Amino acid sequence: MRNFISSLQSEYYKSRKTLNFWAAILLPVILCSIVCLGFFVMADKFEKMDGKAIWGLFSGAVLSFMGNLLLPLLVIFLANSVNSLEHKADTWKTLFSLPVSKWTIYAAKYFYVFLLLFVSILLFALFTIGYGNLLGGIAPNLKFHDYQMKGLLLASYFKLFLSCLGILSIQFLLSLIWSDFLKPMGIGFLLFIIGSVINSISWHYAFLMPYSQPAISIKTMVANPNVKGDLPINIFTGEILMSIIISTVVFFAGYYVVKRTRIE
Amino acid sequence: MVIETKDLTFKFDTTMVVNSLSLQVPEGSIYGFLGPNGAGKTTTIKLLLSLLEVQQGSIEIFGLNLQQHRTTILSKIGSLIEQPAIYAHLTGRENLINRAIQLRLPQARVAMMLDLVKLTSAADKKSGNYSLGMKQRLGIALAMISDPELLILDEPTNGLDPNGIIEMRELLINLVTNHGKTVFLSSHLLAEVERMATHVGIINYGELRFQGEIKDLRDISRPKIIIETDHTADAANLLKKNGHEILEVENDHLSINYQSKKGTAQVNLLLNQNDHEVYSIYKDQKDLEQLFLEITQNPRKQ
Repeated sequence: MRNFISSLQSEYYKSRKTLNFWAAILLPVILCSIVCLGFFVMADKFEKMDGKAIWGLFSGAVLSFMGNLLLPLLVIFLANSVNSLEHKADTWKTLFSLPVSKWTIYAAKYFYVFLLLFVSILLFALFTIGYGNLLGGIAPNLKFHDYQMKGLLLASYFKLFLSCLGILSIQFLLSLIWSDFLKPMGIGFLLFIIGSVINSISWHYAFLMPYSQPAISIKTMVANPNVKGDLPINIFTGEILMSIIISTVVFFAGYYVVKRTRIE
Repeated sequence: MVIETKDLTFKFDTTMVVNSLSLQVPEGSIYGFLGPNGAGKTTTIKLLLSLLEVQQGSIEIFGLNLQQHRTTILSKIGSLIEQPAIYAHLTGRENLINRAIQLRLPQARVAMMLDLVKLTSAADKKSGNYSLGMKQRLGIALAMISDPELLILDEPTNGLDPNGIIEMRELLINLVTNHGKTVFLSSHLLAEVERMATHVGIINYGELRFQGEIKDLRDISRPKIIIETDHTADAANLLKKNGHEILEVENDHLSINYQSKKGTAQVNLLLNQNDHEVYSIYKDQKDLEQLFLEITQNPRKQ
């Protein structure tokens, strides 16, 4: 366990000065700021909306953009970044000659990307909630203070997080296999396009395709939008369960690849 | 023995890279692992560091089987394989701090290592901007940060300038002499190894062609007298009776150990006095470099 924690610390230390790390941190700030600014500038357009509707519109703008486009691309980018660091510096041989098991090195790397993604999505959630409340304060004609949906938003973002775990494991595995950064990225983009097409035609089995799962999770987020009071969030829907299963299976398959890797 | 391999064999697909290698590296030695490029040195080092799986034979390090005690063994080894693997976006100091984090070492070791390899003044420069020699020194510092009992270094003087080579040599000798470490280093340059190694292993085509103390290697290159005479067998018997050690007898020549110029004249006189016709008599000595070339340029055994 101590080796796992020090490997995790090392992953943070190595990546803290890279673009990939800052992309995970700055993206929520930038995107939420843009949406917030848009609402502030066009405040008069939304002033007739009640609290629940304006929160729904405000958070939906971020959530749907993330689920349909941004999040899969961010996951592809982040998953590749941790392994490409080692490929680029030719440091696999050094890592595997340290007195640390291959399992620990692999698991720490995976868990680090997992955490980075979690932090990024958590920041999205916190900034959405924070900016909503800020807008309610600086533009009182926007009725953000009439309604609070912290719990709902946290649950929604958590669902979005779970929906992209399948992509995370697949991209992590691809970036282990290929040292060339472009191959896993290219395959990731291609699969993302296929996933988007499958999703757009509402194919019955689209929930099985990891690259469709974030977008589907947005569609299945609210069980019944017409219900009065708090909206019921459906977290563990079919595509989420598939995402978790695929993620787990591919994670262990990835370890098998690492175990058999020859440092030539 | 700190390192002991028995019949270590490794193939890449169908190409034999290491063939029945039985290394013996004594504790407290500087073992020079010599061989031309492509002889199997780096593959052997990767096997010793468990980066490649042993296909045949066995490896024992510190008396423990490498496959069964990988982590325990690696915790006592510092290594540098091929060109130093460093994170170019981090500074030299950060590269060392990162290694200290990975191995849970006190941060004080970082400054000590920077000082040891004379990188303190460049410690906060991005290591991607280092010269090859500086990168090599950083690689050595990374290998030594855990204060390992055994250092395994693959071509450690690559890219170093003459001063750097001298400093590296002194550093390794100091580590062995004053700190009881063992150093296993590979090189394709005999002259470099000869100056610091206590033991030598010469590998070519994956096979160990020579192993022993450096003085054993020097013994092989001792000077000898080559004598061309009419009856080599009779001449050899005569010389043997007169207390000379016969090294070889061929149809057209024989050879004995060289003692001195005067000794050579006396051998000539002895043969003449006993009615042997001496066609030629001369001193022959191979220097170590020549001997190394001879060992390593022999074609692959069939």
